Amino acid sequence: MIPLDYYLILSAILFTTGVAGVVIRRNVIIIFMSIELMLNSANLTLVGYSSYLGDSTGQMLVFFVIAVAAAEAAVGLGIVIALFRQRQTVNVDEVNILKW
Amino acid sequence: MSLEQILFFALAFIAVASALLVVTRRNPVVSVIYLVVNFFALAGLYLILSAQFIAAIQIIVYAGAIMVLFLFVIMLLNLGDEQKLTEHLNYRKAIGVVFVVALATEIVSVFFLKAGSGLYQQSPKAANIGTAEGVGRALFTKFFFPFEITSILLLAAIVGAIVLAKKRLD
Repeated sequence: MIPLDYYLILSAILFTTGVAGVVIRRNVIIIFMSIELMLNSANLTLVGYSSYLGDSTGQMLVFFVIAVAAAEAAVGLGIVIALFRQRQTVNVDEVNILKW
Repeated sequence: MSLEQILFFALAFIAVASALLVVTRRNPVVSVIYLVVNFFALAGLYLILSAQFIAAIQIIVYAGAIMVLFLFVIMLLNLGDEQKLTEHLNYRKAIGVVFVVALATEIVSVFFLKAGSGLYQQSPKAANIGTAEGVGRALFTKFFFPFEITSILLLAAIVGAIVLAKKRLD
């Protein structure tokens, strides 16, 4: 038997890996992938609690998170394409016209 | 160690290793491939948690649809070797690493200091919840309204993606 804590710790490690990707990398596509990593680690927590507590709400939330992730990926990559067309770059440090 | 534990530790190792490789590889195409590996490992963990339906849509929607979208965009942008970003270690990156390590130790230490969730085995009801029947039953009764709202979200995403990615006519 695996305690639920193992799943929660694994999820925490995956989440911080995603945070590391957002903080450290400057390529906007890899930042998007790191956001997907973070969404997935939250999903793992929800599914873990759902099956250890015997409640279906967690898995319903995962279903909706996956739908939101699909929508977010489509819109986000549309923004990346528009950005690349305007500025010829995927480096987030060069995109600072909203800064002040 | 039981089979369940061996599977869990193997899949957890694959998930963490591939997540680290996603973050550290220079070429975005390689990162996407490792992200697919990560999603498959998570789908395996969902199967251990007896959430078969979620595991199936994890592979179909994430590893199938979203990753193809990522690969298409990388292909469209045509980021070859000449487009590699100058990503070298500087002081901002070092501060980022420090904060990320602090966050990781903080989250993980919570489980050891407060003795965790106190749940040690799966509920006997879990096997009925995770099937397509169980998920469908919950989705079309208790969660019917959020399910319908999801369709509006997807419509907004379709319109938004087309408007954003469309070439300017003027």
